Amino acid sequence: MEDLCAVPSAPDACISERQNSIASGGKNKTGIHCTDDSLAGSVSQRACVFCGARVVLNPVTDAVHLVHGPIGCATYTWDIRGSLSSGSEMYRNSFSTDMKEHDVVFGGEKKLVACIDEIVEKYHPPAIFVYATCVSGMIGDDIIAVSKAASARYGIDVVPVESSGFISGNKVVGYRAAAEALMKLITPKDGESVEKTRKLNFLGEYNLGGETWLIRNYLAEMGIEINVAFTGDSTVAALKQAPGACLNIVQCTGSMHWVAANLEKKFGTPSMSVNFFGAENTTESLRRIAAFYDDPAITRRTEVLVARETERIRLVIQRYRKKLAGKRAAIYVGGAYKAVAIIRQLRELGMEIVLTGTQTGKKEEYDDISGMLDKNAVIIDDANPAELEKFLIEKRVDVMAGGVKERVLAYKLGIGFVDHNHDRKECLAGFEGSVTFAHEVYVTTCSPVWKQLELTLAPEVG
Amino acid sequence: MDGTHQTGRARQVNENQCQMCMPLGGVIAFKGIENAMVISHGSQGCSTYMRLANVEHFNEPVDIASSGLNEKQTIYGGETNLKKAIDNVLRVYQSNVLGILTTCLSETMGEDLDRIIASYAKERNLVGLDIIPVPTPSYSGSHTDGFWAATRAVIARYARPTEKHHRINVIIPHISPADIREIKRILGMAGVEYTLVPDYSVTLDRPYGGRYQKVPPGGTRTEDIARMPGAPLTLQFGLTCPDILSPGRFLEEHFGVPLVNLPLPIGVEAVDRFVDTLRKPGHGVVPDQLALERGWLLDAMADSHKYNAEGRPVIYGEPELVYAFTRVCTENGAPPVVIASGTKNSRLVGLLVPVLADVEDTPVLLEETDFATIDEAAVLAGVNIAVGHSGGKFLTERRGIPVVRVGFPVHDRTGGQRILSVGYAGTLSFLDRFTNTLLEAKYASYRTEIKERLLTRSC
Repeated sequence: MEDLCAVPSAPDACISERQNSIASGGKNKTGIHCTDDSLAGSVSQRACVFCGARVVLNPVTDAVHLVHGPIGCATYTWDIRGSLSSGSEMYRNSFSTDMKEHDVVFGGEKKLVACIDEIVEKYHPPAIFVYATCVSGMIGDDIIAVSKAASARYGIDVVPVESSGFISGNKVVGYRAAAEALMKLITPKDGESVEKTRKLNFLGEYNLGGETWLIRNYLAEMGIEINVAFTGDSTVAALKQAPGACLNIVQCTGSMHWVAANLEKKFGTPSMSVNFFGAENTTESLRRIAAFYDDPAITRRTEVLVARETERIRLVIQRYRKKLAGKRAAIYVGGAYKAVAIIRQLRELGMEIVLTGTQTGKKEEYDDISGMLDKNAVIIDDANPAELEKFLIEKRVDVMAGGVKERVLAYKLGIGFVDHNHDRKECLAGFEGSVTFAHEVYVTTCSPVWKQLELTLAPEVG
Repeated sequence: MDGTHQTGRARQVNENQCQMCMPLGGVIAFKGIENAMVISHGSQGCSTYMRLANVEHFNEPVDIASSGLNEKQTIYGGETNLKKAIDNVLRVYQSNVLGILTTCLSETMGEDLDRIIASYAKERNLVGLDIIPVPTPSYSGSHTDGFWAATRAVIARYARPTEKHHRINVIIPHISPADIREIKRILGMAGVEYTLVPDYSVTLDRPYGGRYQKVPPGGTRTEDIARMPGAPLTLQFGLTCPDILSPGRFLEEHFGVPLVNLPLPIGVEAVDRFVDTLRKPGHGVVPDQLALERGWLLDAMADSHKYNAEGRPVIYGEPELVYAFTRVCTENGAPPVVIASGTKNSRLVGLLVPVLADVEDTPVLLEETDFATIDEAAVLAGVNIAVGHSGGKFLTERRGIPVVRVGFPVHDRTGGQRILSVGYAGTLSFLDRFTNTLLEAKYASYRTEIKERLLTRSC
């Protein structure tokens, strides 16, 4: 291993075929290879199409999520997100058709029908999302036909999600499968229509730690109402009102860009990108939303809110900044929008970003990221543990932001870690969230445990 | 059967799963072999999910490579991808044992792993690398089956006719690294030499060393596995293990090594059986320290028996653990009223009959079940405590039934890898957790409950 991975001068990959997926920061275009299939055997941190679809649709609170496949796919995605609900808790259950050998050989449609029947009888849900998995997709179970028949039989929305895992290892493809399912759900049936309102839809927002509610409160103060969020704390009925919005604000663009484009095409609703991670981003986003409404009263209230909140957090952030200035940070997250937001937030805290990577970033997004970083920073697409370890050590990182798999790696190296993933419990959005974030960065970067770890390296075992 | 009501899952749909998938168990077994790495032959998601489940439980990096099958390979075959995956894994991990676990996808595709591996070995002219394929389609079995299947496959790969020697074979089911360490400590105290498979006691619970070791040191040495056929006996904690997957049975059938199948040493009776087996002539002596630990356990059993008598547990999880915890709870006057496993197991029912023979309330027994069914049964049976993995979290959240966490996965508490339940000391540790959980609930509610019953309602 050492001979392959010990060259510190340029950002080298541990496997040569991965070299084009690694670049340096700076104003130049990165030329980075991304959105490729993961290299076999590279131990990619990516998941699959099914996972992407499942996490996007998971927060639809009163829908039943039925995974058509063998047991594992359902087990691993049971209650996988920290999304909160103001009403139904149905979405936190995990339903599986639990395909067995017999179903694989003879087809699983019959079992799928039986499962839908049982679910409707027990729960009468307003909608059932039926997810295809590797096996059901491969043996050709027609989930579209089964869903259509069940919808007609019960007068509810049984929506097929074409998320066979083997289609791609890239979650983005799964986001698209979820997006198509959502469009199917919200498109008014023949003869029905939804009246336009002055409300907005909040796309790419999943109510982790109550973030949808926090932003709803901000907007309410400005005099703007959220129609429905896609999909944080949403219900089937509320989603069906989506065509009635006058504006779509889009946060997680990776998952919701396609939905926004389609809402514009079908219902003429314009969209704008927003980002509520960090005080700077939040301020900018609120102002742009206010500008869209072009109402002096809204603008005035927005400025009052921004001024008050900015002042409220200023001293606290300053205090954290003093502790954290000059510390070196790494980021490895799922989507690029999140990476960009975290870069800005860590910068606000005076920190240097020496490594940034994503599982699903696109070329333009990597160019943006590159432009934000200096030329010594490493940019990496679809990283693996060996590469992450290499750059964490080489770049003498003090703290990393990422998901669960990266957390244990950071801790093994004695590096602080900030959870910025599906499963987190904290609200990191808005002005309040920026304080929570700064606090989390501080407690982990400056924890007294690192001193003990450095002083007392355990004896080697083995 | 006598002594229990059996209920299979009447419904087709599985609502909130009580088991994990088959390759996951295989991964854990391979992590207990020295210098081994694993590849999941299927789509990228499978390996990531399994890593996530392991990482959350063990709080350790648990690397699993994937052959990353996509649409094209699904149609035309995954051979090229699998070979490339092996190449890349060898470059970065430099392991000399490579477990290849199939998935639902590659099994449905009908991938011929033996042929692919043979062709790979020929093309690359391999020396010093053992590639061990294990079929683990989840539609045929749970993670429990995957664990046994991989353990058996590893032993079958290395075991060679050997001269007789005095090292005994010890084969463990899927237990925590802390449990493995305790079993090893007892074996060590008894002065017994042994080969324990699979030994992930350190590979999946690494002491801090400031480094991430891609293939962590530790694990059973393949040279030792090769010599297992010369052992005087195999001690296997696998009463529920089906013969077809049983590593101990394999050694008995192929090499004539006598198999002693024991219950997991949890509960004084079960630990005694383990220790007695070690005490037999030639297998070592029992030191004073163990007698002392046994005494402490008995003392605690006396101290806690009245508190425990209030327990009406549901016990769920993998068959071997369910059986062991049913024994220890019954031994302590808190027999389970609901017993459940997500895995279907041909032996569990028969094994439970004698354990529950004298129990007053006939327990409900659920096999191949889900948490929706467990929840209903638990409420109906008046369960007030649960013993099992984190999957039971809704019992607490929705029904107020506390869960004493044992088994896998434990993802909503820290230290899953350190949960100790075996041996006299481990049993005592479990018993205290169990009793204190009952006591915590009691102190939190007894004043208001009595007030409610005798004062408020009568007014």
